Amino acid sequence: MAKKTETKLDFGSKWDYSAAPESASHAEIKKEYELYINGKFVKAEGGKKFASINPSTDEHIAYFAEASDKDVDKAVKAARKAYNEVWSVMPPKERAKYIFRIARLIQERAREFAVLESIDGGKPIRESRDVDVPIAANHFFYYAGWADKLEYAFPGKTAKPIGVAGQIIPWNFPLMMAAWKIAPALACGNTVVLKPAETTPLTAMKLAELIHDSGLPAGVVNIVTGAGATGAAIVNHPDVDKVAFTGSTGVGKIIQKAIAGTKKTATLELGGKAANIIFDDAPLDQAVEGIINGIFFNQGHVCCAGSRLFVQENVKDIVIKKLKDRLSTLIVGDPMDKNTDVGAINSKEQLASINKYLKIGVEEGAEIYQPNCMLPKKGNWCKPTLFLEVSQSHRIVQEEIFGPVLTVQTFRTIDEVIDKANNTPFGLSAGVWTDKGSKIFNLTTKLRAGVVWANTYNKFDPTSPFGGYKESGYGREGGLQGLAAYVKLA
Amino acid sequence: MSRLEVQKTYKIYIAGAFPRTESGRFYPVKLKNGTVTNICLSSRKDARNAVVAARNAFEGWSSRAAFNRSQILYRIAEMLEGRKAQFIEELIAVGSSKASAQKEVEASIDRCVYFAGWCDKYTQLFGSVNPVASSHFNFSVQEPTGVVTIIAPESPSLLGLVSAIMPVIAGGNTCVVLASENSPHVAVTFAEVLNSSDVPGGVINILTGKEDELVEHFSSHMDVNATIYCREKHLTKIKENASLNVKRVSDWSGKDWFKDGDDPYLLLEMQEVKTTWHPIENIAGTKSGY
Repeated sequence: MAKKTETKLDFGSKWDYSAAPESASHAEIKKEYELYINGKFVKAEGGKKFASINPSTDEHIAYFAEASDKDVDKAVKAARKAYNEVWSVMPPKERAKYIFRIARLIQERAREFAVLESIDGGKPIRESRDVDVPIAANHFFYYAGWADKLEYAFPGKTAKPIGVAGQIIPWNFPLMMAAWKIAPALACGNTVVLKPAETTPLTAMKLAELIHDSGLPAGVVNIVTGAGATGAAIVNHPDVDKVAFTGSTGVGKIIQKAIAGTKKTATLELGGKAANIIFDDAPLDQAVEGIINGIFFNQGHVCCAGSRLFVQENVKDIVIKKLKDRLSTLIVGDPMDKNTDVGAINSKEQLASINKYLKIGVEEGAEIYQPNCMLPKKGNWCKPTLFLEVSQSHRIVQEEIFGPVLTVQTFRTIDEVIDKANNTPFGLSAGVWTDKGSKIFNLTTKLRAGVVWANTYNKFDPTSPFGGYKESGYGREGGLQGLAAYVKLA
Repeated sequence: MSRLEVQKTYKIYIAGAFPRTESGRFYPVKLKNGTVTNICLSSRKDARNAVVAARNAFEGWSSRAAFNRSQILYRIAEMLEGRKAQFIEELIAVGSSKASAQKEVEASIDRCVYFAGWCDKYTQLFGSVNPVASSHFNFSVQEPTGVVTIIAPESPSLLGLVSAIMPVIAGGNTCVVLASENSPHVAVTFAEVLNSSDVPGGVINILTGKEDELVEHFSSHMDVNATIYCREKHLTKIKENASLNVKRVSDWSGKDWFKDGDDPYLLLEMQEVKTTWHPIENIAGTKSGY
């Protein structure tokens, strides 16, 4: 029998895209950044510092102060003083105007922030420009308006601020996460000590400068840079009333245990391993775009990434073919290039972790597929990766990889795919692709996850609550329901 | 010759049945009239069986129509009202005055009616349609957290138990409850009410026994999603254990259940918020952008 020759689409081998780099010339980067405490930029006690590295070039960007327990204590004291004397007693209408002003300042300086975000974190400029920065600005704008309307948000109760919020954010959406944390906290009348991730502190310190420019009273927002020890100092500080954390489930559990004996409240936004489910009646080309966006958006450094693909068995061959074709068109490379689809892996450590999982996947017997794309010589890079022939028990199916790695499984019936999708300790998000409305609502009701995208994926908005079920954490960020994390009800 | 009274064997309530504890152990509780009652001293295995029952019941209970759940909660109130005299008698037997026993039973009945009314309303009040800036339809609605373990207050033994259970099941969760240690009789009798109220087996499971023994298993079980604690001693331990699988923990100690129990925000503590997105084609000239 003659073997069927497979036709392969040829994308772009006849010509190259011209480079379309975003200019970085207007974005000023200082040699060294200090801590922002009590309205002043100050050195860390003992002058300890660390460097942030550009993950796409391995180049040094700037030094950042490493906050010690003493620095954190100063920041918490400043936040307490500002809470007692200024922020909690300020008329809510005035509070609102400060937050509106911060939103406006971010909008005015949007391009600068986008450029810096891509330099520091490695994400494509298209994403930092069109997603991270606008959503950060919009988040402040949205929550600003809540400040003087809280009585309508909690019928039958009076909402009061909690006090000093200690906030620890991850490296995947540095500015956006800062906005998600700071904006609702301020709107509800709390003051803040925020720590950005140690690999991406740049836009947080730029935000500190912007907040300083806005005239926000000293101590209302304090930003301290550092690694895990700085974060632990915030979590364990006795005068912090509320902890808000976004990061891994492992660290989230440590925090939950650390505050067990205290009166501190917490919101935890942790890991995920989302199912993205494609039925045979889905518009397949759009679904494939959705799968690609679901897992390769921000190099897969997304807690809600659609990292487990479930394809209905009868369309498996065509979907995988389309996926492979689409993979070979992805442009992996310079984050500052406007054509780039997949940027740099955020750090050497994260790249090592992803590579460990690639190895595990192969060793477990899964079939690996990577497109034949060129990677830059310097920096941290990972090819977009598919794993075929995997089953529920594979570690690459069970554990969060946090990189551009998609596992592909098949299913026959709706009940089967619901069971498989829910068979995970996580429950942050899910995706469903089908043309049939009743099927969508059946699925979206039964998937145990906090955000369900139907015929779309990885969409975010300030009015839309985000957060998980089960081990993906508790509490919501965004929207009306996101206010609850920052108030005491009486 | 006077007639000999038939005494009740107090058993536990798991999956809609009344087994004795698998451990065969008991602890005696002496009534005011001198009668000694042998109460099941529930074990780790009983707790685990009860969690399995609650997990099995979760899908059915949470996917029932809210209106149907509402009617079942109201049915509990009807059954409780019909057996009011028995509950008053049982409370008096463990030391209540007649007036306070009556007050407690009536408040318990009213608490069931209160939460019966919430079943099909709280998502309307606390859910939302969110005006996102992109061309998508987006809404958020509450869903039950899952299997909830409850360590009910030591007293009031009936009202505290009912007040802790009702917001949990009104919101579609299933639960495993530890009854008051020194006054467990009304909890067992309340299980009989549940058994005749169309509450599916496994939705509410009631154990009797020692807090010191069971608190560990109630808070560390990996298939339990949340724990409600209504006493004082073990809060820190519960919160620490909860971190094993990111359980939600509610501290309901120190509540005056006569005053603080009518509160939909208690119900919300055992709810998750689910947000659903779907594209809208071509609204106001914008593209849907899958």
